[in-house]
Amino acid sequence: MLLWIDEIRGIVGDANLKTSAAHLTSYSYDAAAGFQSLPNAVVSPASTEEIQKIMLVCQKYLVPIVPRGSGTNLAAGTVPTSGGIVLLFNRMNQIIDFDEANLCIEVQPGVITLDLCNYVEARGLFYPPDPSSMKISTIGGNVSENSGGLRGLKYGVTKDYVMGLKAVLPNGDIIKTGGKLAKDVAGYDLTSLLVGSEGTLGVITEITLKLIPLPQTQKTGIAYFHSLEAAASTVSEIIAAKIIPATLEFMDRGTMDAVELFMNLGLPADAEAMLLIEQDGAVETVSSDVAKMIEIAENNGATSTAIANSTEEANRLKAGRRSALSALARKRPTTILEDATVPRSEIAEMVREIQRIAERHQVEIYTFGHAGDGNLHPTCLTDIRDEEEMQRVDAAFAEIFEAAIALGGTITGEHGIGEMKSPYLEWKIGPEGISLMKAIKQAIDPNNICNPGKLFAKSTKPRVVLQYG
Amino acid sequence: MASPLAERMQESFQEHVQEDLLMDCMRCGFCLPACPTYIMTGQDETHSPRGRIALMKAVRDGVVKWDGSVEEAFDVCLGCRACEPACPAGVQYGTLIEETRHAIQEAKPISLKEKVIRKVTFDGLFADQKLMTGTVKLIALYQATGIQKVARKIGFMDLFSTQLKEMEAVLPKVALKKPKRETKPLSTKVAFFTGCLMETMFQQTNQRTIELLNMLDVEVEIPPGQQCCGALHGHSGEVPKAKRNAEKNIRTFDHDDYDFIVQNAGGCGAFLSEYGKLLGTEDAARFSRKIIDISSLLVKLGMLEKLPHTNNVSSAIVTYQDSCHLRNVNGVWREPRALLQAAPGYQYQEMPNAAGCCGSAGIYNILQPEMSAKILKEKMKGVIEVAPMKVVTSNPGCLLQMKVGIEKEGLSHQMEAVHIVDFIYESMINYKKGV
Ligand SMILES: Cc1cc2nc3c(=O)[nH]c(=O)nc-3n(C[C@H](O)[C@H](O)[C@H](O)COP(=O)(O)OP(=O)(O)OC[C@H]3O[C@@H](n4cnc5c(N)ncnc54)[C@H](O)[C@@H]3O)c2cc1C
Ligand code: SF4
Ligand code: SF4
Repeated sequence: MLLWIDEIRGIVGDANLKTSAAHLTSYSYDAAAGFQSLPNAVVSPASTEEIQKIMLVCQKYLVPIVPRGSGTNLAAGTVPTSGGIVLLFNRMNQIIDFDEANLCIEVQPGVITLDLCNYVEARGLFYPPDPSSMKISTIGGNVSENSGGLRGLKYGVTKDYVMGLKAVLPNGDIIKTGGKLAKDVAGYDLTSLLVGSEGTLGVITEITLKLIPLPQTQKTGIAYFHSLEAAASTVSEIIAAKIIPATLEFMDRGTMDAVELFMNLGLPADAEAMLLIEQDGAVETVSSDVAKMIEIAENNGATSTAIANSTEEANRLKAGRRSALSALARKRPTTILEDATVPRSEIAEMVREIQRIAERHQVEIYTFGHAGDGNLHPTCLTDIRDEEEMQRVDAAFAEIFEAAIALGGTITGEHGIGEMKSPYLEWKIGPEGISLMKAIKQAIDPNNICNPGKLFAKSTKPRVVLQYG
Repeated sequence: MASPLAERMQESFQEHVQEDLLMDCMRCGFCLPACPTYIMTGQDETHSPRGRIALMKAVRDGVVKWDGSVEEAFDVCLGCRACEPACPAGVQYGTLIEETRHAIQEAKPISLKEKVIRKVTFDGLFADQKLMTGTVKLIALYQATGIQKVARKIGFMDLFSTQLKEMEAVLPKVALKKPKRETKPLSTKVAFFTGCLMETMFQQTNQRTIELLNMLDVEVEIPPGQQCCGALHGHSGEVPKAKRNAEKNIRTFDHDDYDFIVQNAGGCGAFLSEYGKLLGTEDAARFSRKIIDISSLLVKLGMLEKLPHTNNVSSAIVTYQDSCHLRNVNGVWREPRALLQAAPGYQYQEMPNAAGCCGSAGIYNILQPEMSAKILKEKMKGVIEVAPMKVVTSNPGCLLQMKVGIEKEGLSHQMEAVHIVDFIYESMINYKKGV
C-alpha cells in the first residue's frame, strides 16, 4: 500500500478512506460524457483542519487532490485525470450559522443547493441561484463553478451571493476571505478569485452566502411559437421593454418532445419553440409584468399562451425545464451539451447560427437554455462509439464556439472549463489571458496538486474559420 | 493479471447486460436523491443508481476487475426501482439490475450449499404454489436455506419469528386446506392471481379480496395451476426459471373472457406486468396488459362511492406505505390513497417519505439484514411522526416488514400494519353493521 494513503487514513479514520475497486470506479466520472479516470483513494474528511492535514500530506508526496461535490458538473471537472485522491464533502454538509440580522448564512460545502433554498425560504428569506441540478448539486460545487440557474436574469449567478469563504490553500494555509460585510475593499478580492476556480486553487471549506427577502408572490406563464426566431425576438423585446423577469427560459421542439415523454406536461406537438416566463415580487407588478410579457409574445406571433393556475402547475413546468438535458439523453446513446453564451441582443442570431451549423455537419442538435441570460445549451445527441460522427460533432461544436465569440459571447456561461473545454479556453481569453491565469495558478499551487489537468490544456485547439453561406 | 473469475464475469456481462441500455444513462445524477441506499450510506456513489450503472459498464468494458466490492455494490441494491421514475432519460434500471444479476449468476461458481438452497427455493417452494402452503413451510424455508443461522447472529431472526408468532395470533389459523370459494356469475369477470405468500400466510386477505370484488358485482375466477410469478427468480438472477414460471402462468390465464387479471401483491403485480418485456411475445404482452392491482380495480369499479359514510369525525389516523414496485413500476399511488381517504372512521395522513422503500424488498431483509434494518429504522421515524393507528400496505413483504418495524419500536399496543384489502373490507363490514 502507498505510504501516503496510510498517512491520510490516519487523519480521517479507516471508515472514511475508500480504496476498493468499486469505490475507485464510482468516483472516476462526472456528468461530462466520454471522460473517465480512476483515483487512488476516495476520502471523506470531517473538518477544515483535517483537510489542512490531508493537503500537507498531498503536498509532501505530490499527490493530486480533486475536490468533488455531487459530480454533476458537465466539464469533466471532477474526473481524477492524474489519479490521486477524490475529496468528498458528504461529512461536511451542515448549516453552520443562519444570521437573520445580517441577512446571510454560513454553510459547509456539502450542503445540497435545494436543501439550502428550502431552509431559508421556510424562514422568509431567499437564496436565488437555482441551477437545474439544484436537487443534487452542492453549494461547494456551485461556488466552484459559479453556477447560474433559472433565475439568473433578474438575480444573477452564484458569485453575486458569495460574501466570504474559508479555504485550505495548496501550501496548507487556511484563509478567510470577505465575511458578513456589505462592503469590503481590503486588498485584492480573493473571494472572487476563488469563486469559479473549479478546485484548482485550493479547497473551499466554509461559505458565507448573502440572502435577500423572499418575494411576496410569483407567477408563471408559457408561450408557444412556430418558429425559433419568434421566440428569440420575444426575448429581445421583453428586455427592450425594460422588464426584467425572474425567469425567461427557452426550449425548442426536440427538447419539448423529450421533456413531454418524461413529464406528460401536455406541451403542444405542433409548436417549434416555447418560452417559460416567470416574474416575482409585489402582487401588482407581477401581474402587470406577466401580462405585458404575454402580450409581447402574442405580438411576436405566439401560437398560444397560458398562465399557470397553481403553484403546483408552475412547479411542474419548471421541473420539466430542469429535466431538459437528461430528458434529451433518452434519444441517443451519448449526450454532449454546450454552454455558449452571447449578449442578450444576439440570441436570435445565435439560435439561427446553431441551426445552420447543425445542418452543415449533419448532426442532431437541440437547443434549450436560459434565454434571458443569452445562455444557450445546444445539445448534441450522438454516439461516442461512432468515430466518424464524433468528428463531425467536434467540428460543429468548434464552429458554435467560434460563432459565439464572434457575436461577442463566450464558450461557457455557467458550466466551467474543467478538462473538457480546456482546449478552447484560449479562444476566449487569448494567450495573454492564459498566461496571467497560469501565473496565478503557479503562484498559489506551484506543484500543481489541486485538480491538475483542469482549466489549462496541454495544447489549444486550432481555431476554425467560420464559413458563412 | 485478471483472474479467471474476472474474465468470466466480463464475458458474462457482455453477453447478458445490454450495452445500449447502459448508454442511456448520461450520469446527470437526478436519480441520486431517490435512492435509499445512497442516502443511507451517507451519499456513497458506489451505492447509487448512477454508480451501479457505471460499475456495470466498467465490468463489461474491463475498466474494473471483478471483486467482492463490485459484487457488494450490486448486492446492496434493493431493486426498489425508485431511480426509474426519477430518471428523465428513461433509463431502464430494473432491467439492467436483473440482467446484471443474471450475468453474475451465470459466471459465479456456486457452493454446493448454495446450489441446494437455490434448488429448494426456486425449483421447489417458489415454483409451485401447492408446495408453499402454510406458515410452517415458510419457516421451513428459512431453516432449509441456512439463512437462519446468519440471521440469528444479528438477532433479526428472533424478531422475525416473534413477529410470526404475533401474526399467528392476529390472523385466523392458517388453514392447510384452502377454503372453497364461491364466485357468482356476474357482468365483469376477473381472474385472480393469488400469489405464493398471499395464498399461504395471508389466505384471509385473499378471501376478502374476492368478497370485496363480489360486492362490486364482479365475478372472480381462480384459474387452477398458477405458479409463483417468478419475481423472486428474476430478481435473483435466475432468469430462465422466471421465464419458465411466466410461460406457465400465461397459459393458465389465457382466456379472452377475463376483463382483468387482478392481484393484491405489489411485487408480483409489477413482475406480471412486465412479462411482455421479459418474454417479448405477443401473448405475454396481452397478459401483462390485463394485470391490475386490487386498489386500482376497486377504484375503477366504483368502490369510492360504495364505501359507507359516517358523520362522526374520527381522530384515528391511517397512513400508507407505498409498495415500491406498485408505485415505481406501475405508477400506482393515487388509488390506494383515494381509498383510504374515502374510508370511514379514519383520517388519512401522509407520512414523510411514504414512497421510500421500507427495506423489505423481496428477500433483501434476509440477505442484507444490516442495510434493511437501517432503512426500516428511518422509515419508522416517519411512522412515529404521524402516529397512526393503522399502517396500510399493498404487498405481503412490506406488510411483514412494517409489522417487524412496529414490533421493534415497541409500538404494537398502539398501531397495526394491515393489508389494504383487509382495511377496506373491515370498513365495509364494520360500518355496514353500524359500528
Ligand atoms: C442535468 C443537469 C443540469 C444542470 N443545470 C445547470 C444549470 O442550470 N446551471 C449551471 O450553472 N450548472 C448546471 N449544471 C452543472 C452542475 O450541476 C453545476 O456545475 C453544479 O454547480 C455542480 O455541483 P456539484 O456539487 O455536482 O459539483 P461537482 O461537479 O462535484 O464539482 C464541480 C467543480 O467544483 C469543484 N469543487 C466542488 N466542491 C469544491 C470545494 N469544496 N472546494 C473546491 N472545489 C470544489 C470540483 O473540483 C469541480 O471542479 C447542470 C448539470 C446537470 C447534470
Ligand atoms: S440513471 Fe438517469 S437519472 Fe440517474 S444518472 Fe443516469 S440518466 Fe441521470
Ligand atoms: S433500485 Fe432502489 S436501491 Fe437500487 S439503485 Fe435504484 S433506487 Fe437505489
